[in-house]
Amino acid sequence: MALKIVKGSIDRMFDKNLQDLVRGIRNHKEDEAKYISTCIDEIKQELKQDNIAVKANAVCKLTYLQMLGYDVSWAAFNIVEVMSSSKFTYKRIGYLAASQCFHESTDVIMLTTNQIRKDLSSPNQYDTGVALTGLSCFVTPDLARDLANDIMTLMSHTKPYIRKKAVLIMYKVFLKYPESLRPAFPRLKEKLEDPDPGVQSAAVNVICELARRNPKNYLSLAPLFFKLMTSSTNNWVLIKIIKLFGALTPLEPRLGKKLIEPLTNLIHSTSAMSLLYECVNTVIAVLISLSSGMPNHSASIQLCVQKLRILIEDSDQNLKYLGLLAMSKILKTHPKSVQSHKDLILQCLDDKDESIRLRALDLLYGMVSKKNLMEIVKKLMLHVDKAEGTTYRDELLTKIIDICSQSNYQYITNFEWYISILVELTRLEGTRHGHLIASQMLDVAIRVKAIRVFAVAQMATLLDNAHLMTGNVQRKGICEVLYAAAWICGEFSEHLENPMQTLEAMLRPKVATLPGHIQAVYVQNAAKLFATLLKNQEGNTDRTAAQETSQLMIDRLPLFVQSANLEVQERASCILQLVKYIQKLQQKDVEVAEEVIALFAGELNPVAPKAQKKVPVPEGLDLDAWINEPPSESESEDEQPKAIFAKEEPKHSRARHTEVDEKELAKRREARKQEQANNPFYIKASPSSQKVYQEAPGVEHIPVVQIDLSVPLKVPGLPMSDQYVKLEEERRQKERVEKKKKEKKKRKEKRGGRGKKHDSGPESEEDITPAHMVDIVTEEMPENALPSDDDDKDPNDPHKALDIDLDKPLADSEKLPVRSHRAAEALKSPAEDGDAESPASQEPKKKSSKEKREKKKDKDGDRKKSKDDKKKKKKHKREEKGEDLFGGQADEPVVQSEEISEVAAPPASNAAEVSDLDFWLSNAPVPSNAQEAATLAAEAAPVPEKASGTAPDSEPDEPEETDKKSSKHKKKKQKREKEEKEKKKKKKHHHHHHHSDGGGEESVQNGTVEEEEPLPPMSNYCLLAENSYIKMEIDIQGNLQDGSQVVVSVIFENKCDNFLKTMEFNVLDSLNSKLQRPEGSGPHDGLSVPFQLPPGVSNEARFVFTMQSIVMPQKLKGTLTFIIKNEDSSTHEKLDFKLHFTCSSYLITTPCYSDAFAKLLESGDLKCSSVRLEGVNMPFHHLLARICFHHHFSVVERIDSCASMYSRSIQGHHVCLLVKTSGQTVSIDAKCDEPTLLGNVLDEIKQTFSQC
Amino acid sequence: MIKAILIFNNHGKPRLSKFYEHYSEDTEQQIIRETFHLVSKRDENVCNFLEGGMLIGGSDYRLIYRHYATLYFVFCVDSSESELGILDLIQVFVETLDKCFENVCELDLIFHVDKVHNILAEMVMGGMVLETNMNEIITQVDSQNKMEKSEQSP
Repeated sequence: MALKIVKGSIDRMFDKNLQDLVRGIRNHKEDEAKYISTCIDEIKQELKQDNIAVKANAVCKLTYLQMLGYDVSWAAFNIVEVMSSSKFTYKRIGYLAASQCFHESTDVIMLTTNQIRKDLSSPNQYDTGVALTGLSCFVTPDLARDLANDIMTLMSHTKPYIRKKAVLIMYKVFLKYPESLRPAFPRLKEKLEDPDPGVQSAAVNVICELARRNPKNYLSLAPLFFKLMTSSTNNWVLIKIIKLFGALTPLEPRLGKKLIEPLTNLIHSTSAMSLLYECVNTVIAVLISLSSGMPNHSASIQLCVQKLRILIEDSDQNLKYLGLLAMSKILKTHPKSVQSHKDLILQCLDDKDESIRLRALDLLYGMVSKKNLMEIVKKLMLHVDKAEGTTYRDELLTKIIDICSQSNYQYITNFEWYISILVELTRLEGTRHGHLIASQMLDVAIRVKAIRVFAVAQMATLLDNAHLMTGNVQRKGICEVLYAAAWICGEFSEHLENPMQTLEAMLRPKVATLPGHIQAVYVQNAAKLFATLLKNQEGNTDRTAAQETSQLMIDRLPLFVQSANLEVQERASCILQLVKYIQKLQQKDVEVAEEVIALFAGELNPVAPKAQKKVPVPEGLDLDAWINEPPSESESEDEQPKAIFAKEEPKHSRARHTEVDEKELAKRREARKQEQANNPFYIKASPSSQKVYQEAPGVEHIPVVQIDLSVPLKVPGLPMSDQYVKLEEERRQKERVEKKKKEKKKRKEKRGGRGKKHDSGPESEEDITPAHMVDIVTEEMPENALPSDDDDKDPNDPHKALDIDLDKPLADSEKLPVRSHRAAEALKSPAEDGDAESPASQEPKKKSSKEKREKKKDKDGDRKKSKDDKKKKKKHKREEKGEDLFGGQADEPVVQSEEISEVAAPPASNAAEVSDLDFWLSNAPVPSNAQEAATLAAEAAPVPEKASGTAPDSEPDEPEETDKKSSKHKKKKQKREKEEKEKKKKKKHHHHHHHSDGGGEESVQNGTVEEEEPLPPMSNYCLLAENSYIKMEIDIQGNLQDGSQVVVSVIFENKCDNFLKTMEFNVLDSLNSKLQRPEGSGPHDGLSVPFQLPPGVSNEARFVFTMQSIVMPQKLKGTLTFIIKNEDSSTHEKLDFKLHFTCSSYLITTPCYSDAFAKLLESGDLKCSSVRLEGVNMPFHHLLARICFHHHFSVVERIDSCASMYSRSIQGHHVCLLVKTSGQTVSIDAKCDEPTLLGNVLDEIKQTFSQC
Repeated sequence: MIKAILIFNNHGKPRLSKFYEHYSEDTEQQIIRETFHLVSKRDENVCNFLEGGMLIGGSDYRLIYRHYATLYFVFCVDSSESELGILDLIQVFVETLDKCFENVCELDLIFHVDKVHNILAEMVMGGMVLETNMNEIITQVDSQNKMEKSEQSP
């Protein structure tokens, strides 16, 4: 034995240690791989020895080799051996190696469970620490299940060092073993208030990570976090909490309101940029969540934008980057406030830092408008030309397309320009986005009917010059464009100028070098072209032309028939036979064109990408059921026909960008120059003026303003998008001039003088009319598409399993599994000992001590259990009280009562209810220090005090809604103070007077606390008709896309115990309004409701009505017929109803900015009307909310008890309201360009408030 | 969450790699190479954040790095981490190394990668930040080293 040890240590002296290994590798630079392989052989020898020191040394070296990319999983068992050494030194080496190379499918992990458990309960804190660290890297579901209870015990360890590690690792345990979340959560929550800042930070970390994925389950922790936020000084913790709040606010807007004040304070006070930045970020998140309801946060937005501007202007690139990043978040909801910094952002586009350029690009996306789109894209095109490196250029390309195509091409006024941009983009070198460009071309050509003539001409040119795209290998990606070009030319071939030439271009032998799927499209569309040609040529007297065309096809198609690509070959041979037959008929002088054309008749409509998913499954159809007997296993393995088709359309996944060295780049550049020089169509920097335009024949699109066509519109070569920019400018200039003229006339007609020139400002969005009347075809969706929002959720997200309600009381079955043999000991049952599983036999001596330890632990466990039980009881109690809405927050009452007890006012008695999150949120902002507690008292006090609105002595604690005002007020105050200083102390009492004055005003503002009152629930659905069988509720909404359509959603609810089927919905059409029926059905046919109703079930169906005039409300009589089916009989029943289309239902909630609103009012086109409502007894914001909700208005601006509101009808009428309230009287002044509509809307508003 | 922490030198030689999610050895090497490629072509005075690692992460992830003399320290993190916070953390990491190795240089990292791992383990655990206080980290590292020594001497 002794000899062995001596031998071992001698061996060790000759062994290489890690340093020797590293040195050796460095000395063998030429044959590193060979050297390492000999080292690995040595390591293998070392691992075979019994000496643990030698093994540990070997494992240590393996860890290093693992970093260099060598697979060391073969040594997994040895690693486990080293892990289980009793010496800390070796244990640490073992755990490190395990953490580096173990993963879920490492099988030896099974063997580690008991070892890890032993280490976790080791008296040495570092043994425990090392085990926790290692475990955090390789925890598996099994380990998590077996060790969850042990780790949970460690969360209450006496040493903070262990506590923080145990808390942190719980996150990993939750991920692998979601069932542990609920039992462990109460303790985790306790740790949020741990005395040790490290443990606290760890707990915050874990909960933030959990809450980020499933925020709604953690909303009840908001008060606790709020307290932490106002008390903690640890920036790490603050950042985490503030980030967490950012995730919570979208769920609870009231929380956001509470947050704004402390966050603003932090923004003003902190010196740490990281904290400042996160505060700004969360304020933005709050503003986003609030933007729908309350508009008046301009002060906070201004603060954010202003701070961000400082960041962006900073010389530190990091701050610049982050500033832009945050700016892009504001952009989504408050584009106006960002747009004013356009200069700054465009400047960033020229930054030398690519990250910053990319961020600036993101921002541009949201900054475009109809007015500046062309200008911005022009700038981007310049960047495209300048850009070095394909990644950035590709990014630019996608951005250009994104910017232009966003929200259904909203900002494009001239589609010819857009097509020419797309065509210009095809000249990019080595882009991998050919597919993207192609799909844009297709989309535009299909959906914008007016552009087809132009598009077809452009595509024909592209096809003609196809060799430019196919010639170079590097340009492979771009030839996708030809796919689109060929299809467009074929499908819309009737618009082709010179179809014969295009046909020839499509049948060139070179085409055969294109990828298969493109060739297939070529062949198919050549046939379409052929059909069109035949039709044109048969009209002529001379028949030879038609025969020549057929001959051309017959000559060229065989090339494709030989194609190796199945699809190409199949299509080609099919079409070839067809053409041969046609030729035969032609020789007999038979006219065939009509029949050939019929082959391709009918228009293809664009289908929404999600349409297929949304087709409702017909009742009674089980898609998972076998139609035939399932085939045997072996059969299904044999046939794999899928692969053949899958290859047809290669997926355009983002290929990893390949490295290109300098030489290669230079070579390519040279090649490009060469190519450009040889390319007659390459447009050099100076635009040549010889391109002559002529109006293409049969142009369908109607320019709104007759363009002076001295500038060419149709270019023989490729178009130059810049010319469109100029054109567009001219057009707009002209329009503006015309408008001015008109307005001048108007003004002259009205009154001679009073010349207030308000049109000199920049034109607003609405002023720009599109150059073409563009009819953008919307994508088709299946009838009765199922509305579903969660299309995009990834079903494989591991965090999904953690979406667990944490507030429900624990059930017994949910207790964490405790080690089985321990339970057996406790019960003294003869169950087999769990230790039998452990791999190594253990010395009996050790065992006894272990048992002792375990007994101790058992006690701990028991204590814990009883604690849990207590908590459970508590929870139950609360449940009985019926206020467990946000239960399970035992510590919150303390939080609140602490603050409130300082006041010792009546609310103290409410302390019990304070725990309710709702109550917490319904308070006005909690003051961050005790000084302001008085205000809290005033706010928390019961209503009467609020109503009087004169809380005395309240400190200036402005709610954020009044920020703007109060700042004004402050300025005033400062001014006054200055004045007073000048007047010296004489009027001291006067000063005092001012102050009390101010106090009085403020308390009125505090009266706005009522804003926080939750709104009563409102529903848009109102009862349509009802009998003992069925109930119908309806909601009517205007259709944004189509000015003459109104969508009626009807909820059918089955009230009886029988099955309702064959429901038919019918309405008697009036002259003005008609129910849209499917094609082919008569004007009096009913529409069948596309579902049946089992007893007690309700479902919704939608019907579309077409309206001619919308200025008057409409009433339509209708009937619902249905069959009641019970076991043995079925009866026919019907229900009559009256469908009431109010004028409000023609209005669509449209946001409007205050400046645009002001302009609208000034324009003088609107007619006035007003109405007074008496005895309206509700808070002002409720009133506004009702108008918004029931009448589809949006609040433009609100100042105190006065608000301006806006809405738009589906036919584009503007409706503006000015709502004022004083006492119980509400006066509404309204303007609209259609007086009848306005009158009716006002009547309806009156109606709404008379009902309540 | 931190997904990976990488240290490599100006030539892309890895000096430390810590992945908090499992990848095969080959993928790990690819990630290191790709990250090096992305980071090394950036100028000195550009920002320390970049997106676009294809192998690691996705849209939610970004690389945050600092360049010290011959070494790059790269953290790959998701959006739950504060960018500036991580930059500070890298600074703390490097300062801690400096204290533990007394004027740390690349050679220290080359020959004592295990020690660097041990220090890192006191800062980041399983992808989450464990401790940011440098003194606390050093105390824990020192007492563990002491333990190691006491085990070796008898």
